[in-house]
Amino acid sequence: MGGTVLLIEDEPNIIEAIRFILSRDGWVVHTHSDGTTAYQAVLDKRPDVVILDVMLPGRSGFDILRDIRGGAGTAALPVLMLTAKGQAKDRDLAGQIGASRFMAKPFANTDVLNAVRELAEG
Amino acid sequence: MARSTLTGTRIRERRMGMRMRQADLARSVGISPSYLNLIEHNRRRIGGKLLMDIARRLEVEPSALTQGAEAALLEALRDAAAGHEAAAPELPRIEELIGRFPGWARLLADTHRRVAELERTVEMLTDRMTHDPFLSASLHEVLSTVTAIRSTASILAETEDIDRDWQDRFHRNLYDDSQRLAEGAQALVAYLDEDSAGDAQVRSSPQEEVEAYLRAQGYHVAALERNPVPGIDSLIGAAPELSSSPAQDLARRYLERYAGDAAHMPLDDFARAAAELEFDPARLAQRFGVDLGAVFRRLAAMPEERLGLPVGLVTCDGSGTLTFRKPVEGFSPPRFGAACPLWPLYQALSHPMAPVRSVVEMAGRSPRRFLTYAICQPAQMARFDGPQVLEAAMLILPEPPAAPAQGEVLAAGTSCRICPRRDCVARREPSILADGF
Repeated sequence: MGGTVLLIEDEPNIIEAIRFILSRDGWVVHTHSDGTTAYQAVLDKRPDVVILDVMLPGRSGFDILRDIRGGAGTAALPVLMLTAKGQAKDRDLAGQIGASRFMAKPFANTDVLNAVRELAEG
Repeated sequence: MARSTLTGTRIRERRMGMRMRQADLARSVGISPSYLNLIEHNRRRIGGKLLMDIARRLEVEPSALTQGAEAALLEALRDAAAGHEAAAPELPRIEELIGRFPGWARLLADTHRRVAELERTVEMLTDRMTHDPFLSASLHEVLSTVTAIRSTASILAETEDIDRDWQDRFHRNLYDDSQRLAEGAQALVAYLDEDSAGDAQVRSSPQEEVEAYLRAQGYHVAALERNPVPGIDSLIGAAPELSSSPAQDLARRYLERYAGDAAHMPLDDFARAAAELEFDPARLAQRFGVDLGAVFRRLAAMPEERLGLPVGLVTCDGSGTLTFRKPVEGFSPPRFGAACPLWPLYQALSHPMAPVRSVVEMAGRSPRRFLTYAICQPAQMARFDGPQVLEAAMLILPEPPAAPAQGEVLAAGTSCRICPRRDCVARREPSILADGF
């Protein structure tokens, strides 16, 4: 392992927990909490995997995912989407826009870890 | 339909109810007691003069004997058996069931009706759960906190060699989050309690029935765009959502107005003009010679694909009570309770006949801007000799392409309870969102 993960999420204690488990697994974890500048953060950090929350302040995760899929250098970037709603509607929308994986809150730490590992391996 | 097969049973019941002996009735109509016995057990068909004679003797209309009061019961039982595998082969014996076990048959029919009513209530409540912005925001809050707690707790439980600083930190997070969860859950319970306190609130309101009816067709009533316009009562009769008579009355008023709007602003002409005039309600009103309220309603009734953009509409009466709600994504009026007092809708209400145009930014996890037009006008039924009845309407369009200067944007929300703008001057009650955003 040992790739880079960009975690786009605004709940500080969720950030801390995910950062902890991924760091222990050998990942470099960058975090970003503002929806409006999240896409720029993706371009700046060039991560191997993005973990993206749907409900963000400023801009919805779906809009950010659209930017990622529309960007020349980021179109194939693995994106794991997190949502607190877990509704079929959100899941469908995430699938349509091109989320690589979808996870409903509350999730288990090991599921996130496994998903990130699998996504990084392609 | 062999409904008359029960005629004998009815004769027997009626005769016994009158305490008349079988032999006496038989003699009085000129047949043998054994033949009457066969008739009474539905083993001989009866009709014509004999039926008339017996009916006269039993002091009832002949139709009461041939049709009886069971028609409704029969319908209810057929309905109950529809699609039920075990009941299907016995469907032809339905009359026998009613004849032999009228009490059980009634129980079955009543139970079936009750189940249908309860199903409707459940559907309505589910619908409310999905569309209530307060519930949706509180559930999001609770789920987020639960997620943080679960992740943190499992780190503490599963990481064997966790260092002391991290351990302390996670314990502190856990404590903070558990407190936040407790507050969020309490607010949610209080809200649900309050809502179920009034019985009327639990049931679907007539307004909600009408909204469900309109939502199902995207707020566009295609039948009323045709020429000639079909009878409004037939439309209402065909709508499963409009089951109560208050809802039907409400729908009738709405549809009559809709038909009038459609006649003044025909679909194709209006859609073309709307695009040409850049969705400016004032110019559209001028072009079609109608008032602003009518243009608002018409824009909101257009199919979204015809206009190329989503259009929302809310209206309220003089008390500020919302009387019509067509939500758009990012701007959903509260399902019940009062809305945000800063809405241009209420500005318009306090200045009748003065149009209001403003860009509104809705508070939320992802704040979104909308262009709104609002106007308050006398309602159609206003008269010289009665009280003046006002009605305000607010049209909700997507944010205009030319971004307005910051000072020109009105910061509003859905409703105080779920609004994160803590220091809002118009705040009526505290927000239940424990942490703001």
